[in-house]
Amino acid sequence: MSDKAVQKNTSKKKKGQWSEVWRRLRRNKMAMLGLTIISIFILLALFADVIADYDEVAIKMNTSIRLQGPSKDHILGTDELGRDIFARIIHGARVSLQVGIIAVGIAIIIGGTLGAIAGFYGGKFDNIIMRAMDIFLAIPSILLAIAIVSALGTSMLNLMIAVGISSIPSYARIVRASVLSIKDQEYIEAARAIGAKDTRIILKHIIPNSLAPIIVQGTLGVASAILSTAGLSFIGLGIQKPAPEWGAMLSSGKDFIRQSWHVTTFPGIAIMLTILSLNLLGDGLRDALDPRLKQ
Amino acid sequence: MEPILQVKDLKKYFNTPKGLLHAVDGVTFNIDKGETLGVVGESGCGKSTLGRVILHLLESTDGQIIYEGEDITKINKDKFRELRNEMQIIFQDPFSSLNPRMTVSEIIREPIIIHKTIKDKKEIEKKVSSLMDTVGLAERLANTYPHELDGGRRQRIGIARALALNPSFIVCDEPVSALDVSIQAQVLNLMQDLQKELNLTYMFITHDLSVVKHISNDILVMYLGQLVEKSDAKDLFKNPLHPYTKALLSAIPVPSLKHKRERVLLKGELTSPINPKPGCRFAQRCVYAKENCHHDNPVIEEVLPGHFVSCHYVREINNLK
Amino acid sequence: MSNEFLNIKNLHIHYVTEEGTVKAVNGVNMEINKGETLGLVGETGAGKTTTALGILRLVPNPPGKIIDGEIFLEGQSILELPEDEMRMIRGNKVSMIFQDPMTALNPVMTVGEQISEVIEIHEKLSNKEAFEKAKKMLELVGIPGARAVDYPHQFSGGMKQRVVIAIALACNPGLLIADEPTTALDVTIQAQVLELMNNLKNEFNTAMLLITHDLGVVAEVCDKVAIMYAGEIVEYSKIEDLFENPSHPYTRGLFGSIPNLDEEVDRLKPIKGLMPDPTNLPSGCKFHPRCPHATEYCKENHPEDTEIAPEHKVKCHIYTGQVKPKGEI
Repeated sequence: MSDKAVQKNTSKKKKGQWSEVWRRLRRNKMAMLGLTIISIFILLALFADVIADYDEVAIKMNTSIRLQGPSKDHILGTDELGRDIFARIIHGARVSLQVGIIAVGIAIIIGGTLGAIAGFYGGKFDNIIMRAMDIFLAIPSILLAIAIVSALGTSMLNLMIAVGISSIPSYARIVRASVLSIKDQEYIEAARAIGAKDTRIILKHIIPNSLAPIIVQGTLGVASAILSTAGLSFIGLGIQKPAPEWGAMLSSGKDFIRQSWHVTTFPGIAIMLTILSLNLLGDGLRDALDPRLKQ
Repeated sequence: MEPILQVKDLKKYFNTPKGLLHAVDGVTFNIDKGETLGVVGESGCGKSTLGRVILHLLESTDGQIIYEGEDITKINKDKFRELRNEMQIIFQDPFSSLNPRMTVSEIIREPIIIHKTIKDKKEIEKKVSSLMDTVGLAERLANTYPHELDGGRRQRIGIARALALNPSFIVCDEPVSALDVSIQAQVLNLMQDLQKELNLTYMFITHDLSVVKHISNDILVMYLGQLVEKSDAKDLFKNPLHPYTKALLSAIPVPSLKHKRERVLLKGELTSPINPKPGCRFAQRCVYAKENCHHDNPVIEEVLPGHFVSCHYVREINNLK
Repeated sequence: MSNEFLNIKNLHIHYVTEEGTVKAVNGVNMEINKGETLGLVGETGAGKTTTALGILRLVPNPPGKIIDGEIFLEGQSILELPEDEMRMIRGNKVSMIFQDPMTALNPVMTVGEQISEVIEIHEKLSNKEAFEKAKKMLELVGIPGARAVDYPHQFSGGMKQRVVIAIALACNPGLLIADEPTTALDVTIQAQVLELMNNLKNEFNTAMLLITHDLGVVAEVCDKVAIMYAGEIVEYSKIEDLFENPSHPYTRGLFGSIPNLDEEVDRLKPIKGLMPDPTNLPSGCKFHPRCPHATEYCKENHPEDTEIAPEHKVKCHIYTGQVKPKGEI
């Protein structure tokens, strides 16, 4: 085999492992349903500007058409300020997904690093880091997020930071646990025996093998981050008005829940569908990535 | 012949919540170049720990390790990393000793990349395919993952990885115990061929006495961290002198009906060597044990030429002068 | 005839998976008489454990399924029995010892409770009586009865396997299935446990199916041997015949692969190749790709049992006269 052929073959095989995961995931109908729904939300969020103009439709008040039920012009109706609910939901999806994903990203990077250090080096590091995490865990995460937002002030960035920081401990724990179990595997000792340094062992041997639980937890984590964001916005600590955000929409619609059900129902359904589909996808990924189900 | 490895009074203690565990407790031996030293004993006797201490995968507590005339006991991590070119290990479990996220060729290539023994990419690929050829792995397997292969092939990957740096000394930690008999025979033959071809020295750790007899020149028998008997392989099986070795050898189920051995059944089981009291560690299970066995440490001595035993009453038991 | 305890006829067990159908057991026949021990020998994936689970009707379903065949326990066909009658057979008439004594015991129950649990299920005894009997069982396997109140982690590996044996024998079963009972143990402990099993078997006249890969263990305890390869029994004989006159090329290969303690050999004679993929078994004789004597005929024709001596059956075309061995078998 020529050199090029070898390399080509290698990259083909590399994909092979992920396509194996994809093949197993595809067999799981519920996970695929979740993936479909979440993809639709992502597409809607990406093309929100094309579908409905932000300033004209989602922000601009038009009290003459306030609290109208679903109709041809406004398929999900309008809210108490005459704004199109569908437009606000898809623009809100942008905010929710962005906050969810970035917050989880922050949590994975910080929590993952702390967990990896604690698990790999053990001893004093482990004790200090994990006790700090325990203290974190003793505070309800939503209260922690509230405290952080109140301290930093309300903005989208601060919201991400608040939600991200409050979910650091769970990632630190997961990464630590999987590093601990991988650290005892003989292939780590084998890597030591051929003279690999710690950084190589962590990067080449430990991280690739501990990705699976992080991916699963990350997916489920996006769901709970979205929920926290909605919760914070509901109590007025999230995205500032008039920017559309699902939690804020629920909050402002709650006064009209008796006469105009649609104002709260549709954002509610949006939240529910997103969370449900992310959870379905996360569960599916867990099964698809579990090496014990291999063969 | 010049010994490639000399181990002198090597000790490895572990701190455990129950006390100090004497995993390896004062072991002394030499291995000559190109030979195989078998290390046998039951689980918990410290044989695997011994191999790992020699390779600096665990730090020794006391004693000396001399490799090719150089004392390597206390050299630092970075210095030892260079020695990994010389000293390698083959692991027992071909399932957990290979990273499941790396392909066969990545696993075999890794030591070369770490040590930069070969820099040119093409040359590395060539080396990897020649290594795969040496251990009998088909080239088409280069890009498969370990979980797609059977135990015998996986163990060949482990061997190829150990050979990648052209070592002269290899610790083999139960390399065939996890394999089926027909595959085990294939791998044992391969290891013997490689030894001849590359002039390798093996330290072969196992609990399987028939395997160790087949492959070794000399054998060490360990019990609770200590050496109880050391001799030429043939001699040991023909004429075991230590009561423990006698019992151990008689316990092997032999696949033959012709001559049933006289069986020496041992009472009790191996205890863990935490804070051991002075005295022979085998005394509690020994049928010949006398009063002083329980508080005097036996010393290892050359009872017959080249045959070392650590027992107070070895001469009486075996009717030797 | 009345002496026969287990009789398996033409048993087929398949596992249906997405990767294909795994033909784990393909037409197995065997009989075990009361007080007799049959050794079932084979390598990983030969179908030994599946056969054993089949006898207890514990083959995980799905994916496993008993496709064909009959199993008789004391003349009673058990494959058609309703599940609750089958449950009364398990542990009572037939019981099983598993390979790993570390995981076979429940860590939060004392060993006495675990033994008396089986007794209570199958015999009408009060709690107290069952516990007394459990103590007696412990003494039988060489553990002081006073230790019945200890938990599994307080026992060593060999002791745990004794406890597992005590549980298996608690209801005085007619048939004991032991799946690699000593593989996880050290040789000196293995010798103790084998001795114990031999004694108990003689005392209770229990039939035993001993699954192992170790021909040495077989030589120690068995009366008859069945060599299994790719879901088939390729050789079946009394123990003397097998060790004096191993006839199937696979059996010969197994003997050639084991380092011999009594003879000096420079090189082992391994069987070439690997175990076949159970989803894609070779045509004809399943051993032909690895057999040194195989011919075209072996590729196309599946060999049936040939009785080469009384009670010594071999599945090989050499003995039907269709194939000439190349040199010594």
